[in-house]
Amino acid sequence: MGFAGSDFISINDFSKADLEHVFKVADRMLPLARKGSSICKNKVLATLFYEPSTRTRLSFQTAMLRLGGRRIGFSSGAESSSMKGETIADTVRTIEQYSDIIVIRHPSEGAARVAADYASIPVINAGDGSHQHPTQTVLDLYTILKEKGKIKGLNVGLYGDLKYGRTVHSLLGTLGLFGANVFCVSPQGLEMPVHFVKEFKEKHGGDLVETSSLDTVLPQLDVLYATRIQKERFPDEKEFLKVKGTYSLDSFALSRAKDDLVLLHPLPRVDEISYELDADPRSRFFKQVFYGVPTRMALIALLLGKVK
Amino acid sequence: MTMTPPSGEMIVQKIGNGTVIDHVTAGRGLLCLRILNIPSTTQFVLASNVSSKRMRRKDIIKIEDKFLSKKEFDRLALVAPRATINIIRDGKVAEKRVVELPKTIRGVISCNNPACVAFPRNERFLEPRFTVETDDPLLIKCDFCDHELSRKDVDELL
Repeated sequence: MGFAGSDFISINDFSKADLEHVFKVADRMLPLARKGSSICKNKVLATLFYEPSTRTRLSFQTAMLRLGGRRIGFSSGAESSSMKGETIADTVRTIEQYSDIIVIRHPSEGAARVAADYASIPVINAGDGSHQHPTQTVLDLYTILKEKGKIKGLNVGLYGDLKYGRTVHSLLGTLGLFGANVFCVSPQGLEMPVHFVKEFKEKHGGDLVETSSLDTVLPQLDVLYATRIQKERFPDEKEFLKVKGTYSLDSFALSRAKDDLVLLHPLPRVDEISYELDADPRSRFFKQVFYGVPTRMALIALLLGKVK
Repeated sequence: MTMTPPSGEMIVQKIGNGTVIDHVTAGRGLLCLRILNIPSTTQFVLASNVSSKRMRRKDIIKIEDKFLSKKEFDRLALVAPRATINIIRDGKVAEKRVVELPKTIRGVISCNNPACVAFPRNERFLEPRFTVETDDPLLIKCDFCDHELSRKDVDELL
């Protein structure tokens, strides 16, 4: 597909070839992610964050700065006119008067699609409720590719809150697309929603194992992707307290894993990964954070038509 | 408007001007009337569970002086897909249309996912939009949050 002028709203809108092209452009951006460039000089990126974010917001801003562009935006709904009752449609039609590309995070599912429907400039979804977080998926896949050299045929474990974690929902489908075997490991009550499992099996026909026991599958895994319990997405506090602290990884837990396992986490972590594992060479979650910059540089430059 | 002849077959009197909705899935006629918001002063007939060669059992609705708008037609498509609409003028069938589910349903029902941007009261002025995945059994998907609605969900929302 032609990326120039289009939106990046759902990972499902993109084919395997499209994503492979993004990875190729990200490879070109890798050295520039530290030293900078002028690829998007005089372009303005607007970050509309109605929900808190550290990595996604700052990595988008860094990506634009490394591309030689500038950025504007707000970091909570309280800073915007949404508090006065302004609709997303009106906000984006205002912001597009000031900028060339919009990045939006919003608590409502489908909010980024609304923004894209109304804006005439490219819109990137930086997370819409529990629905989609497609740029996280791009950076997760890119991290696996860079750290393991391939995705096809790998045994990838998705571990933790698979019910509310939007990163694992998008990641599951794309792992299938790239031919990985997936192991969904979660405590009772936080399983991967049935329709995602069904879709994976129907579309990709790959192996998918569901279990609540990490021990039984850990020795087979090439990649382990741990997630935080999404406290903010639980319908009530009681439900959250039932599962709080039910899983965590430490050196002992990881002693049965392969030596070349790659341990990832979209961060922030709470108590899913013990701090003692930070020194373990298998822990790559901060490298994963870095890969957010070249992948987002690639997307911004592609959507602005500054690279092909 | 109705009478039962000696054979036991029910005959429904013809209407002069208005709409006949035929081949409604048996038992869904009342729901059709509800979604069309027929005023209490309107003359109409609902024949339910009558014999049909094509459907074995069906409902028929005849509404005097009523002509469906595009929006009503779309609403009807969600309740009675494949129904036949006969528009009657001066006692004759002036037009015949088969109800078909469009690929995209706009503004007829709202998404029932409270977290969806198209859930009532979330984003004002937003027209709900669904893509029809399958029509039998009915399965539609919200274009905004990807939430899927079954026949049961749709009936509750109408």
